[in-house]
Amino acid sequence: MEENNNNFEPRIIAFVCNWCTYAGADLTGTSRIKYATNVEIVRFPCTGRIDFMLLLKAFAGGADGIIISGCHPNDCHYTSGNFHARRRWMVFRDMLDFMGIDIERIRWSWVSAAEGAKWADVVNDTVNKIREMGPYTEYKKAAKFLEEEKICHE
Amino acid sequence: MSKLSEKTAALLSEGTVKLIIGYEQGTEHPRPAFCHTPEDCERLIFNDECKNNLGVYLTKKEIIGEDKIAVVGNYFVIKTVIQLNRENQINLDNLVLMTVDGDEVVTFSSIDEMQQYVDTHEPAPNEKVLAAIEKIDKMSREERWAYWKNALSTCVRCYACRAACPLCYCNRCIVEDNCPQWIEPWSAPLSNMEWQINRIMHMSGRCVGCGECAAACPLDLPIGILTKKMGIDIKQTFGGWKDGSVLSTYSIDDKENFIK
Amino acid sequence: MERLIIKSDNIGTWLAKIIDSVPRVLAPVKDGDKAEFKSIKSADGVDYDSQTTISSVKAAAFPRTETLFAYEKEGMETKLYNVAEDNFVETVIWRARPCDAVGFKPLTSIFNWDYKDELYNQRYDKIAIVTFACTSADKCCFCTSVGGGPGNTEGSDIQVTMIDKEKTLVEVLTDKGEKLVALAKDLFTAAEDSIDKEKALADIPAKFTKEQIHENLAKAFDSPVWKAQSERCLGCGACAFVCPTCACFDIQEDAHGNHGRRVRCWDSCGFSLFTQHTSGHNPRPTQATRWRQRIMHKFSYMPDRLNVYGCTGCGRCSRACPVDMNIAEHLTSIANSSHE
Repeated sequence: MEENNNNFEPRIIAFVCNWCTYAGADLTGTSRIKYATNVEIVRFPCTGRIDFMLLLKAFAGGADGIIISGCHPNDCHYTSGNFHARRRWMVFRDMLDFMGIDIERIRWSWVSAAEGAKWADVVNDTVNKIREMGPYTEYKKAAKFLEEEKICHE
Repeated sequence: MSKLSEKTAALLSEGTVKLIIGYEQGTEHPRPAFCHTPEDCERLIFNDECKNNLGVYLTKKEIIGEDKIAVVGNYFVIKTVIQLNRENQINLDNLVLMTVDGDEVVTFSSIDEMQQYVDTHEPAPNEKVLAAIEKIDKMSREERWAYWKNALSTCVRCYACRAACPLCYCNRCIVEDNCPQWIEPWSAPLSNMEWQINRIMHMSGRCVGCGECAAACPLDLPIGILTKKMGIDIKQTFGGWKDGSVLSTYSIDDKENFIK
Repeated sequence: MERLIIKSDNIGTWLAKIIDSVPRVLAPVKDGDKAEFKSIKSADGVDYDSQTTISSVKAAAFPRTETLFAYEKEGMETKLYNVAEDNFVETVIWRARPCDAVGFKPLTSIFNWDYKDELYNQRYDKIAIVTFACTSADKCCFCTSVGGGPGNTEGSDIQVTMIDKEKTLVEVLTDKGEKLVALAKDLFTAAEDSIDKEKALADIPAKFTKEQIHENLAKAFDSPVWKAQSERCLGCGACAFVCPTCACFDIQEDAHGNHGRRVRCWDSCGFSLFTQHTSGHNPRPTQATRWRQRIMHKFSYMPDRLNVYGCTGCGRCSRACPVDMNIAEHLTSIANSSHE
């Protein structure tokens, strides 16, 4: 797992809610706080909308790490979306761990619209951690199963 | 004629029900039986080998139609009826639920009676499955990944696990969606894992623990370990099966230690 | 056809020579109490005890998942690429049963019926099958009712029959078989005429005849027997997927933006959505209609149109079925019934 390849830059996908974390990330930018550029943000109306299968799709698609972030409990724009999400993650995380998927590569957080600095910290923290862990090679390899059947390139 | 055959035949001859679903002797093991006439009821048996979860037929409109039917089920069938009722998938007015407890043929007259029975007759857990869970829990993460990738790599995606489960009643399963394609429909190590993960997540808190998914698997894949493990975790975290559908409810007091 | 004798103890030695000479040998290997065909690298660990494997060995010619072709868009052009020939690997199937070898016949007919499926043909041409005749049978076997038998050599390149603890009969049926025997010439001697294969075979009384089935099926399309027999069927795909002759497949895309592969994977006519139209109409809307299709296809349509039987009597479907849809039981019932 310790592939200290100096050229490796992790690819992080962030699933965030529109009303809190996305706005918070915007604040990070307007506050001119610099943070790692490895993250690709996917905007949802609410964390309650984030289907757990999307996380698996992110890993299969080449992500080395994932961030999921939304409104603090009791502050959800839709009242209870993040409560549903929280419960979903509690069940999902245990199941992933049992099946040997690396949950250390998934970072969950509550980042509000006012927490621009916190967003930068969450991203930088995650990027540093994943850079240390190396690429998620074993998952990517499993995702490329069909390529074991060779194609004839004339 | 046994007491069971007598009682069920009477239900049919009196016109109380149009169909009885129970168990009969099969090639090696008991199998589901469908009785349309009082004579058919002579085939009905009931013993510890009767494992099929008959609840799976309660959501098949082509089997039960709009008629009143009777089901002679085992412990898990009763648990299934309670859960299906909770999910508004059956009409209890059209169902006569029975079981055989020792020598007695029991007919349930209310959900409370069913719940009472379920609370007092829980069968012993499958020791082999519990031992397997313990073994896997002790493995490192890499070992677990290797174990599951390998164990599920031969899955042919026959979906017998889905077909045997009474709570998998969706007319169009997520795996049959191609816009978007959540799970690749062809057999491959990763998509086979994704299928099981998805199945377990959709079963969270709804699974009655009958183990028929694992019994139905023609390749004997260790998928019963997953449903059992999920059941144990949910009981620990959320306090037990009575809370019903874990993922369609929430509590503001849910506690976790990983969202910061 | 050559009849040879090998000492029963030398079978492992011969297998070891075969393993050294071909890239892939598939043989039954036990996992728990069930056996499945696996790629073996050593002659030890082959299971000679179980009646048969859970799944058939059709995957050697018709894999669960295979690439049909790959594509890549470049500007306005789309380039197509075929599957490389090195994917089709010379294979020996070891310790299959007569019903496995026979199973390739209907598969080959389907894949060469109105279109020559080159992927199937290329894979199948590279296979040599060594079957072991059955000296015992279980409750689900019914090969003798469908024109087969425990010593049927149809489709085999070599058939091995254990005569007793010392002597094993080896019938060499094709050129491919001869090549395999030549790998260990010294282990074989000619078999005397007195070696009686029939005596060693399992006794499997026929439960019905093909003619009975064909005659009754011809009148049975609207019969209530289909609903009665299929009431407990769950509509899973287990029977189709373990069957040596079932060839239904689905075609899917593994699409990644501007490149991808077209993939073929197994499918089952028992699935409720198998015949679902985009309009929402389903010509086989009930399990009864789907069960009827399964039986008619194997025992009526295929014999009539392709002159080949769609069932080998291996009994795998019955063993795999979670609700004991014992096909021999159902067919016996059809054979013995009279339909108006």
